[in-house]
Amino acid sequence: MNGTQVRPSRSPAARLASAAASGAVRVLLVLAGLFWLMPTVGLLLSSLRPSSDIAASGWWEVFTAPARLTTENYAHLLANDTITGSLLNTVLITVPATLLVLVIGSLAGYAFAWLEFPGRDWWFLGVVALLVVPVQVALVPVAKLFGVVGLFETTAGVVLFHTAFGLPFAIFLLRNFFAEIPRELLEAARLDGAGEIRLFTRVVLPLGGPAIASLGIFQFLWVWNDMLIALVFADSQSPPITVALQQQVRQFGNNVDVLAPGAFLSMVVPLVVFFAFQRQFASGVMAGAVK
Amino acid sequence: MSSTTAQRARSTAGTDGTGKNGAGKRREGRRSRIVAAGFLLPALLLLGALVVYPIGYSVQRSLFDRSGSSFVGLDNYLALFTDDSLRTAVRNNLVWLVAAPAVATALGLVFAVLTERVRWGTAFKLVVFMPMAISMLAAGIIFRLVYEQDPDRGVANAVWVGVHDTFAESSVFPKARPLPVHPLEAAGDGAFVTKEPVRAGQPVRLPLVGVAPAQMPEGARPAAPPAGTDPGTVAGTAWLDFTRGGGGRPNEVDPAERGLAGLRIEAVRDGKVVATATAAADGTFALPADRADGALLRLPASNFREQYDGVEWLGPSLVTPAIIGAYVWMWAGFAMVLIGAGLAAVPRELLEAARVDGANEWQVFRRITVPLLAPVLAVVLVTLMINVLKIFDLVFVIAPGSAQDDANVLALQLYRSSFGTDADLGVGSAIAVLLLLLVLPVMVLNIRRMRREARR
Repeated sequence: MNGTQVRPSRSPAARLASAAASGAVRVLLVLAGLFWLMPTVGLLLSSLRPSSDIAASGWWEVFTAPARLTTENYAHLLANDTITGSLLNTVLITVPATLLVLVIGSLAGYAFAWLEFPGRDWWFLGVVALLVVPVQVALVPVAKLFGVVGLFETTAGVVLFHTAFGLPFAIFLLRNFFAEIPRELLEAARLDGAGEIRLFTRVVLPLGGPAIASLGIFQFLWVWNDMLIALVFADSQSPPITVALQQQVRQFGNNVDVLAPGAFLSMVVPLVVFFAFQRQFASGVMAGAVK
Repeated sequence: MSSTTAQRARSTAGTDGTGKNGAGKRREGRRSRIVAAGFLLPALLLLGALVVYPIGYSVQRSLFDRSGSSFVGLDNYLALFTDDSLRTAVRNNLVWLVAAPAVATALGLVFAVLTERVRWGTAFKLVVFMPMAISMLAAGIIFRLVYEQDPDRGVANAVWVGVHDTFAESSVFPKARPLPVHPLEAAGDGAFVTKEPVRAGQPVRLPLVGVAPAQMPEGARPAAPPAGTDPGTVAGTAWLDFTRGGGGRPNEVDPAERGLAGLRIEAVRDGKVVATATAAADGTFALPADRADGALLRLPASNFREQYDGVEWLGPSLVTPAIIGAYVWMWAGFAMVLIGAGLAAVPRELLEAARVDGANEWQVFRRITVPLLAPVLAVVLVTLMINVLKIFDLVFVIAPGSAQDDANVLALQLYRSSFGTDADLGVGSAIAVLLLLLVLPVMVLNIRRMRREARR
């Protein structure tokens, strides 16, 4: 398996060259890894410096005086109702938008996989076609529509928009996954007299667990990290964290002591989800390569 | 051919039932149709109202003017190629489309191939993949910090200036200059030169002003009065002829005045440098008399060059490449993970066989790995292209207000045209439809692939 394996038949010179090459690969990867880490580390260290230090020097100076690191920026931030409120708003948008996509998506996915109705495949192709529709197409029309029905600048409106644009991918993914369930399992349950709803909740949903988990994580991060949709549809008085921070970015310069910890705070949940569910996240991302 | 596929799919669906006949089957059919409708209704309602209807609305709205009252045909689309700020957006989007996916994919490919060769490959992948999990806003703030102009604060310029100063001598005393009463005059090219030739055994005075006390080198000590009576040398003192708070005499070394530590001094005879010296911490210097006697002393311009301030990353010309850099940071991990998965499916025997046949690693990579990965690379590239087409957050967050016009992209212009103070919904809708048209080939591709899979 290992590409650097040295076969005994090789000459000493070839072995030396191969050792040198693998050494170079290591050095290169270590450098690239550090390079990739540096921006995030810079944000974290900046968020832990007193604002006078931030104004005077770069984050790398902390290594000369680590004792100056402080959590006071975070304390200020958490005492700031706008920021804590916006974090709460993010949760209030993300959780329902994720659950709704999972529920509505798996209902439809099941119908497309196992229920008989005329034009089923055409309807499904229609959903597949919607996979790549850019959200930008819907911003103005939906804003008008929401204005008419009183959903503009409400949390419910943001949730519905996210749900609608999460659905094509959800239906696509879940239909394909559900279709792999062995027919005998479903037939057996039908023979036992189970109705479609019972079949769905007792057989399909439990078997679909892995796909639903991947999808849930993917959708959760997608909604949590969104800024554009919230920028358009969220109540400007109670924005999610991304929009609240974006308003701060406009005066970028002397507010790094707010921006850096704020950005880091907004990253904590996605990072925890990412590290806890790496595999599901990766498979969700891979399945979503068409989105 | 395509319609027969659909028919076949439908007919198999029809005969799938458990073989009931007549009225019972029809009743069953109606019942299952109602059940299916129940399962599908929420999804279809949302998709219809919030995805499909808006497409129709945007297409129609794009054919009307700003107010929405008069039909203008394709004028809004033409504006994309005639209006200056719109043209910038189109051009930048093209730059994005060409550069960002290619760079991210190339890096992902290199990382995916190289991580297979080290034991801690997984840890490396985690580090590079991590930015995928965070928001573009957070990434934007991260890179606002990276790209800060001041080399003392932004790490990109700190590194850049560091490298630059290693290769170009940095100046110690920007803006330092002599007063008219001083024995120095401007030599024209930013250097200063003594008015009279210097003589061995006669102490030389090289006073300058115009250095802020805080800008003085840390090692600078109180200047030693010029004392150079040794006939073997041309010696003297270079000092900052300025006493803070006043009371200093021009052209005299006063007690509070400090030496210009590190100042470079050249002895010039007939336009040629014959000797050089550097002022010590107290400002004193000495040159050998056999060469410097009778020469002019010159303070070369390198002493006084403006301090190099690094690159204006977020200025008009570099802002788009700089933001693309941030994007690559976020998405190279995506390419790496997808390509890595494709790589795992490449048969090892093939690579081993090539190596046994004497192919070197580069040949194996170039002739076997890359061609085998071509389908994966295509998927990655297309995905990134779709993604880049709609790029908004990163540009919106990273480009400072003053550079947003230069960094403009379609999705940003769409947002401005749709919700700004001088909104033009006609143009906004035209951009929306353009974005949709650009992803249409991928839409067709997706549908084709689905149908192929359904046939199996």
